[in-house]
Amino acid sequence: MNLAGCLVLSGALFAVGVFGLLTRRNMIAALLSLELTVVAALINFVAFARFGAASATNVAGGDAHAGSIFVFFAVAATAAEMALALALVIALRRRRQSLDITDLDGLHG
Amino acid sequence: MDNPVLLTQEAWSSLQTAAWAVLILPLLSFLVNGLWLGRKHERAAGWTATALLGATLACALHVASGWRSLVLQHPELYPSRTALAWEHVWLNFGGNLSARLGFYLDPASVMMIVVVSAISFLVHFYSIRYMKHERGAGRFFALLSLFTFAMLGLIVSGNLIQTFFFWELVGAASYLLIGFWYTKPAAVAASKKAFVLTRFADAFFLMGVLLTGVNTGSFDFLVVNGPAAAAELNRTLGAGLFAFKLLSVTTVLLYMGAWGKSAMFPFHVWLPDAMEGPTPVSALIHSATMVVAGVYLTARLFPLFAAAEHTLQLVAFTGALTAVFAAAVACTQTDLKRILAFSTLSQLGLMMLALGVSIPTVANGGGGAVTTIANTAGYTAALFHVFTHAFFKSLLFLSAGVIIHAIHSNDLRDAGGLRKKMPWTYISTLAACLALAGLWPFAGFFSKEEILGAALGNGHFTFVAAGLLTGGLTAFYMTRYFVLVFHGSARTHASSAMNADHAGAAHHGPTEPLLMVLPLIVLTVPSVLVGWLGRNAFLKDMLPWTSSATAPVEHLEAHAGFPWMVLVATALALSGIGTGLYLYGRKRWTAGYADDRGPWLYRILRDKLYVDEVYSFLIRKVGSRFVITPADWAERKILNASFDQGGGVLNKLARGLSRYQNGQVQRSVATALLGLVLLLALYFSGSPLPHLFGSLK
Repeated sequence: MNLAGCLVLSGALFAVGVFGLLTRRNMIAALLSLELTVVAALINFVAFARFGAASATNVAGGDAHAGSIFVFFAVAATAAEMALALALVIALRRRRQSLDITDLDGLHG
Repeated sequence: MDNPVLLTQEAWSSLQTAAWAVLILPLLSFLVNGLWLGRKHERAAGWTATALLGATLACALHVASGWRSLVLQHPELYPSRTALAWEHVWLNFGGNLSARLGFYLDPASVMMIVVVSAISFLVHFYSIRYMKHERGAGRFFALLSLFTFAMLGLIVSGNLIQTFFFWELVGAASYLLIGFWYTKPAAVAASKKAFVLTRFADAFFLMGVLLTGVNTGSFDFLVVNGPAAAAELNRTLGAGLFAFKLLSVTTVLLYMGAWGKSAMFPFHVWLPDAMEGPTPVSALIHSATMVVAGVYLTARLFPLFAAAEHTLQLVAFTGALTAVFAAAVACTQTDLKRILAFSTLSQLGLMMLALGVSIPTVANGGGGAVTTIANTAGYTAALFHVFTHAFFKSLLFLSAGVIIHAIHSNDLRDAGGLRKKMPWTYISTLAACLALAGLWPFAGFFSKEEILGAALGNGHFTFVAAGLLTGGLTAFYMTRYFVLVFHGSARTHASSAMNADHAGAAHHGPTEPLLMVLPLIVLTVPSVLVGWLGRNAFLKDMLPWTSSATAPVEHLEAHAGFPWMVLVATALALSGIGTGLYLYGRKRWTAGYADDRGPWLYRILRDKLYVDEVYSFLIRKVGSRFVITPADWAERKILNASFDQGGGVLNKLARGLSRYQNGQVQRSVATALLGLVLLLALYFSGSPLPHLFGSLK
């Protein structure tokens, strides 16, 4: 396992997430895809913490473990965000009797 | 007791503070009355404005006395009698060219701030009673104070840009006050006429200002009036038929501003119509102060004008023409205020004539340097006449206001026999009439004598004749005015509905309200005395504004050798009065014929030489066909059409774009991603574009 492999994995995951976000009409599925893109970014954090910090000049003068620690914070924040998003989805479902994302076009010009 | 240097510094800083106050107090009065008192407390507005203007007068007097003790009595420190109280750079145009706001002190400006603040104070005081029952009195006082602020700023200006700025501001205040009764069509038309005509002249003035600034590298009067500036401007541009002297063109353009503002023929038509405004406004703006701004500007630029070849001749010619023309027209008018307006025109003409007769002898020094030797007696005489005229002419207008207030009519034919009812007005008007007619020992005698002496001393016999003729006619029409108003029997009173200048029939007060008569009595004193008292001070110190580096301007006491001139002038004035008394006192003539009757000369003069009709023809027929119609066509077919087309294209584009924004979340995400991809592509392509928004590195 090296940095390039990690980045390829992260890129592939991000691409899958974006594809899902753009194509799925089900709101839950779109949210899952959104979560994939976030996870792709988090993999980058870990990968750079593991491979990047040791070789590159430590510009910030900080800890090499900082990237890993960031991931924990980010996971916690994402979990909270997802709870909120699911609550919104449930509220929308109750109001409109639909989970179709294309029904939500209230912001049209 | 103390260190004299320290004392001087103390006096100097107190002068500076007072100089600030002179400008700020009237501005404060404008703001307080305009924003606050004018809306809800109109009674308080008059008293507040008057109190603030009283304080302004006190500060102006303090500045004058400070200038006298610090500058005038120290010729070793201030050889040109000029000092600068303070100055701030306002706009920098690059190079040495800058617009500055300053407070310049020289004999002319110190004299003028005292005169303007004194008359403004009295007019404010007078207006408290005059405007008592008017709606919008708060607006009136706010505008009157705004005018005073603008006029004082114009007077103390040391450069052309500040002069132009305040020049336009007095014009705007004048416009607003002429049209004070904005529901009266005549007043609205008069205000528009005044505004458009003076603006037309000011366009040329602005061209002159810019030409001066560009060619001499400065707007300061001190530099512009110097020999270096005149030499810089003294070149010929173009060739053959289109060759013109830059100096002549520039000075004539500058004079155009004064021409319009001081209402010289044929720009005079706005001034008689401006009488549609309230009478106190006529007293302050259209007789004593704003209209002399043109004379004042010409005096300010006198050394520059004197360096040009024919400019002063033009000044003298327009002055003489206006003086005689307006005096002749004044003999036939029947509107009280219009008689006084034409009299003002005539006197302004005399002032311009006085400036113009100081025609210089141009001596060519070595190396192309032009040395100007001007006889400046006319300069002194012109400003002396500005000084004396301000008092007796504002007095005449204020007394006309009292008369109009009493008889509810502007018409001479409705007045008559008022001597018994209005003794104070009678006495003060008599003094002002005698001063205007130029009889010893009243103020006008001395300044008129100076003007005629200056013209004669420089050998301008035509202009002397014009001045003498004007003097005779002035004495005649003032006698006519005076006799028809105060003597004889009371004629029918016009119905009050005919006249908008009254306070409402229900509010009949005393014929001579004390608050209105008081300023008349106060103004009577200077109308009698200032000529006799001020003459020596003016002859000694009222000299053109030159620094030691500028052209030598020789001061000749031209009047000294012509005692017979005084006798001739007085004889002509007396014969004018005699003729007036003979014709009107014995009721041989009445105030005027009924419409369309009378001898041809009378009709021509009554119709003011048909100048208004010529303007009307030019605008309605010539202007309409060759300017207005084509301009209207161009506006509709070219400007409007192209804006409509351009607007249509933009509208279509916007509709197309808004269709893309369909509110779908996935469309938004896709667009955001597209943007991200484009930005990244831009970044990796090495284009400098992303760096425009800040460093990415």
